[in-house]
Amino acid sequence: MPLLQTNYISKSYSDHQVLSDINIHLDQGELVSILGISGIGKTTLFNIIAGLLSPESGQVILKDQPITNTTGQISYMLQKDLLLPYRTIMGNVILPALMQDISKKEAEAKAAPLFKLFGLQHTEKLYPQALSGGMRQRAALLRTYMFNKEVALLDEPFSALDEITKHQVHSWYLNLMKKINLSTLLITHDVEEAILLSDRIYLLTGTPATITQEISIDAGLKKQPDFELSTAFLNYKRKILSLL
Amino acid sequence: MKKRTSININFLPVLVIVILLIIWQLVSYFQIVPTFMLPSPINVVKAFIADFPLLMSNAGVTLLEAFWGLLLGVIGGVLIAVIMDLFEPLYKAIYPLLVISQTVPAVAIAPLLILWFGYGMLPKIVLITITTFFPVAVEMLTGFRATDRDLLHLMKTMGATKWKLYYYVKFPNSLNHFFSSLKISVSYAIVSAVISEWVGGFSGLGVYMTRVMKAYAYDKMFAVIFLISAMSLLLIWLVTLIQHKVMPWEAVKK
Repeated sequence: MPLLQTNYISKSYSDHQVLSDINIHLDQGELVSILGISGIGKTTLFNIIAGLLSPESGQVILKDQPITNTTGQISYMLQKDLLLPYRTIMGNVILPALMQDISKKEAEAKAAPLFKLFGLQHTEKLYPQALSGGMRQRAALLRTYMFNKEVALLDEPFSALDEITKHQVHSWYLNLMKKINLSTLLITHDVEEAILLSDRIYLLTGTPATITQEISIDAGLKKQPDFELSTAFLNYKRKILSLL
Repeated sequence: MKKRTSININFLPVLVIVILLIIWQLVSYFQIVPTFMLPSPINVVKAFIADFPLLMSNAGVTLLEAFWGLLLGVIGGVLIAVIMDLFEPLYKAIYPLLVISQTVPAVAIAPLLILWFGYGMLPKIVLITITTFFPVAVEMLTGFRATDRDLLHLMKTMGATKWKLYYYVKFPNSLNHFFSSLKISVSYAIVSAVISEWVGGFSGLGVYMTRVMKAYAYDKMFAVIFLISAMSLLLIWLVTLIQHKVMPWEAVKK
């Protein structure tokens, strides 16, 4: 039984159909990417899964329970870190807990030991403006983790980072996922990022957009050093680009 | 080098004021304009000192009216903004009326309010409330509406209720708008208080002004004008001070 799945999700804006019969699933501990060009409807799909938008038809199912149109079930992170400039990093990170009516003290006690795991030591009392782009993104990820949900939806979370920082955050994120047993659904338009991070990749193409391909990335190949410089990596890239 | 330039720039307005005061003193001294019409700065200062206790007691009344009027105006403005933000049809219905209401000058409705509410403090407070609530309502609404939609979405995925959205996101996001409107409103409050006191009343700086005007005591007239101006400046400065205290993150460099 998959952790999260969507059944035949379709969505239109006025007369224009955006998504048609989207069926995807995410298993426990997996990182699955949805890859498609900009404007194809990836974010619409995410908003439906997060419960922010109603699908025209279809269902979102989390652990056998329908959660269509329900917010607060899945953690969610966007390209913009959306850290509140008027709250300290600690104040930002505990927001999901505060929304669930957990006391500030309790939330801070829960968050405090996680700062080290997320590489954010000594930033608790700083305002987001004082942090670098990479650190802000890690703080946003810690906030996402504080949702205390098993599934994280990440909408192009690393696309605003420079190449070197992005590279560091990628391997850091994969490590972290294993440590905290998080399952991730990732939206991206970056083919290389999708190959590097994912266990599986869904290709979203056409108008209205449908899932046209599902590509599994060999876990053994991914573990090899310099995977991103290997022929296997290039073969994946060539295949995906030809299909998009 | 850089520091020196900034000192010079800060010093410039003071220099201009000093030069203007000297010119004014000379104009008065050489009787270019008759002294009874334009008293010299020194005479104005003398009048200020002589009437100091009276000025202060009247200023107290004006400030009290301004305080209550402003308080009600701010509360009303914030409430209206929240209501308009919550209910789109109400926004469409009320907003144009709000804008039109601002074309009615305060001076024009002051006599009407005196007729309705008498010569006491009430008509003054009502007028101040009317004039101060508008900037607050409009600016707060702008702040609410300028809140990043993605941020609101994110908070909703966390399970935020409507009121939590206001408490954690919309209000803090609108603080800058709030304080800039408050700076406008405090000066409106003082001006409106004085205007309504002109029209009728027993005490306050406006009443003092009409009295000294009828007595042709122009030196006292200038003294009270400067006092009103100084009070407004002081209040604006106070608002700025509170703003810095309330919004410490603004000082963090981006």
